[in-house]
Amino acid sequence: MPTKPEIQGTAHAPKHRAPDEVLVSMQDVEVYFQLRGGSMARLLGMDTGSVRAVDGISLDLRKGEVLGLVGESGSGKTTLGRALLGLVAATGGEIRYAGQDITKLSTRHLRRLRGDLQMVFQDPSAALNPSMTIETAVGHPLKIHGLASGEELHRRVADALERVGLSPPERFMFKYPGDLSGGQKQRAVLARAVILDPVLLVADEPVSMLDMSVRAKILQLMLDLKRDLDLTYVYITHDLASAKFFCDRVAIMYLGRVVEVGRTEEIFADPKHPYTRSLLKAIPEPDPEKALPRDLPRGEIPDAASPPLGCAFHPRCPEAFDMCGWERRDLRALIEAHWTRHEALDFETERGTIANLDDLDEPSHEAVVAAGRSSSPVDVEDLLHRIREEDADEPLWRGVEDMTLTDGGVRVRFHDGADPRLRPAGGVEVACHLYPEVEPAAGEGPAS
Amino acid sequence: MGVFRVLFKPFGQTTGLARWLLISGLLLTAMFVTFALFAPWIAPYGFAEEVPKKVAPPGDGFLMGTNDLWYDVWSRVVWGSRTAIEVVILAVILGLLVGVPMGLVSGYVGGWLDRILVLIMDALFAFPPLLLAIVFAFLFRDLIGGGVMAVALALAVIYVPQYFRVVRNTTLSAREATYVEAARAIGAPGHTIMGRYLFSNVIQSVPVIGTLNAADAIGTLAALGFIGLGIQPTDAAEWGFDLQRALDDTEAGLWWTGVFPGLAIVLLVTGLTLVGEGLNETINPTLRKRRLRRFALPPRRPAVEEEAAR
Repeated sequence: MPTKPEIQGTAHAPKHRAPDEVLVSMQDVEVYFQLRGGSMARLLGMDTGSVRAVDGISLDLRKGEVLGLVGESGSGKTTLGRALLGLVAATGGEIRYAGQDITKLSTRHLRRLRGDLQMVFQDPSAALNPSMTIETAVGHPLKIHGLASGEELHRRVADALERVGLSPPERFMFKYPGDLSGGQKQRAVLARAVILDPVLLVADEPVSMLDMSVRAKILQLMLDLKRDLDLTYVYITHDLASAKFFCDRVAIMYLGRVVEVGRTEEIFADPKHPYTRSLLKAIPEPDPEKALPRDLPRGEIPDAASPPLGCAFHPRCPEAFDMCGWERRDLRALIEAHWTRHEALDFETERGTIANLDDLDEPSHEAVVAAGRSSSPVDVEDLLHRIREEDADEPLWRGVEDMTLTDGGVRVRFHDGADPRLRPAGGVEVACHLYPEVEPAAGEGPAS
Repeated sequence: MGVFRVLFKPFGQTTGLARWLLISGLLLTAMFVTFALFAPWIAPYGFAEEVPKKVAPPGDGFLMGTNDLWYDVWSRVVWGSRTAIEVVILAVILGLLVGVPMGLVSGYVGGWLDRILVLIMDALFAFPPLLLAIVFAFLFRDLIGGGVMAVALALAVIYVPQYFRVVRNTTLSAREATYVEAARAIGAPGHTIMGRYLFSNVIQSVPVIGTLNAADAIGTLAALGFIGLGIQPTDAAEWGFDLQRALDDTEAGLWWTGVFPGLAIVLLVTGLTLVGEGLNETINPTLRKRRLRRFALPPRRPAVEEEAAR
């Protein structure tokens, strides 16, 4: 697939192969957020359900690499980054760093680890305390951990400011964040992050709030810091172009899962997962000659409180087939989409054929489409056939096992889908049924 | 210091009407503060010193006359401002010292602690302030006697919930700010986050409440004195007590015993309220109007002249 040229030509020095030493190892990390629910539900202590922000992610972070976490809003990339630092408590799985499981550490122990694990935030204007001078803010980590004071503190703050390009430091030390520009503030945030001499830096969209003119400079600064200080980065972004420039490896996230992970060059040259492919096609192309047809994923990112069965991407996937986990909610969406394409009159007549679509809201591989009051199950079957004929290529029909007439309507049974695990395909790992799963060690077969 | 910068910023930011409110309020207040500080030199007599004449009208050696207790009214007014200022400062500082940290902790920690504190404070808030002050004045009088401290404590109890509420609510929203998460990310423990990151960002509205409470405290102090629960007349001069004594005098046509202490109360309350409102105009964004200033560019000189100027 043709891809876009580098933003900066070859400004990025040859990406050195990361040694395979694992720095942080994530195993089935889960972060679920309890939903508040209504006041009644809270009063009665009912189960209000939970949002699966991060839903079972296993990734290894190697020393010295830049790992990109890429995904659209709501894919859980930020939550995963925060869980890595222990800023959000993981509800399951483990995150191993330096022989300890971060998810199990107490706040006190975690605080001691802060020197090693640091974060850069998306909005530099919000990440600095508005009533603290730059000198105090940047030096505060040293003070909190009791590492320096007085003249030594001053000297180290000046060094850090110099390092991030805020020089001469005296010009910035006594300013308040409100006196600096966005790029300068982000440099100050970087200075605060590196002053403790960390090992890992999680950068949560560090440039997305900055002006275009400043972005490349900040990214270059981060690369320089990485080289000088021997850092490892987790770079969280929705911007594939900057990920391509910046990352050694990229993990594409969708609805709390990693759907594809591999070396940046391979992912960009030969994307495997249909989601990755549509994301890559969505990168704007300034040259109309080179523009590609964009088959963007249809619909919206689904509700993480009750994700689709099977592969979470299947309702939006152009290449989905029977294994992907079709279910009754997809049928409802299809019927509704059918109606949006028709005249109001047709809708009125067809609407009477089906009793109530709300019955189809619970996730299940079996759907009973009940006939309306003045129609018979045969009418319902006719309607479904009509919808099918309208667009025979609709992937949903590949998932239908059989349709049978029952007393009150039509029973549609779908294939039992399977939740695709990450599997090696080419040089990358991808979670998609399009790529056959190589049988790994015993007992790891597909879920179906 | 960041804290002082935040606290005193509004004083410099005032413009227009707000500045006039602030200045006139500060002048009035400054007058009474001067009385309070230099009372021994300004007042011709002590606050409980008997003078040769009883109920003498103003003039004739006594600026504001004397009352039926053989006291000089002018001296009572001057000494009374010392009492008033003492009580107000103590009450506001005590209220701040208790209310602000409690609000900060309650807002930051949340959970059950927050619920319980909010419940207690709301319960205190629900009572009419004067009633509460009377109850606590009774209580503290038994415990520590009827001095300045007892009244100040009783007043502080009324004001704690106000500081608590304002600080807790601002903390609650500031707690979610990115810089607080950033502070956690650099390993700041809870007390550092509250002290260094939240405190200076949640106390902006405290000066306004402080000055408005001070005005309120003058009134409540006078009310307590009026009903006889204030400071003992032998401990200090107190305007409310004087007013109460003057109640009978009005029927006898002795106006000066009541008017002057009353005027003192009105003026000091007005002064403090003006300061508070002036600050509020500036701090409260719903009241604030940013004024556009007209700016005239200097006239442009013709090019020839400019050449010549070089």
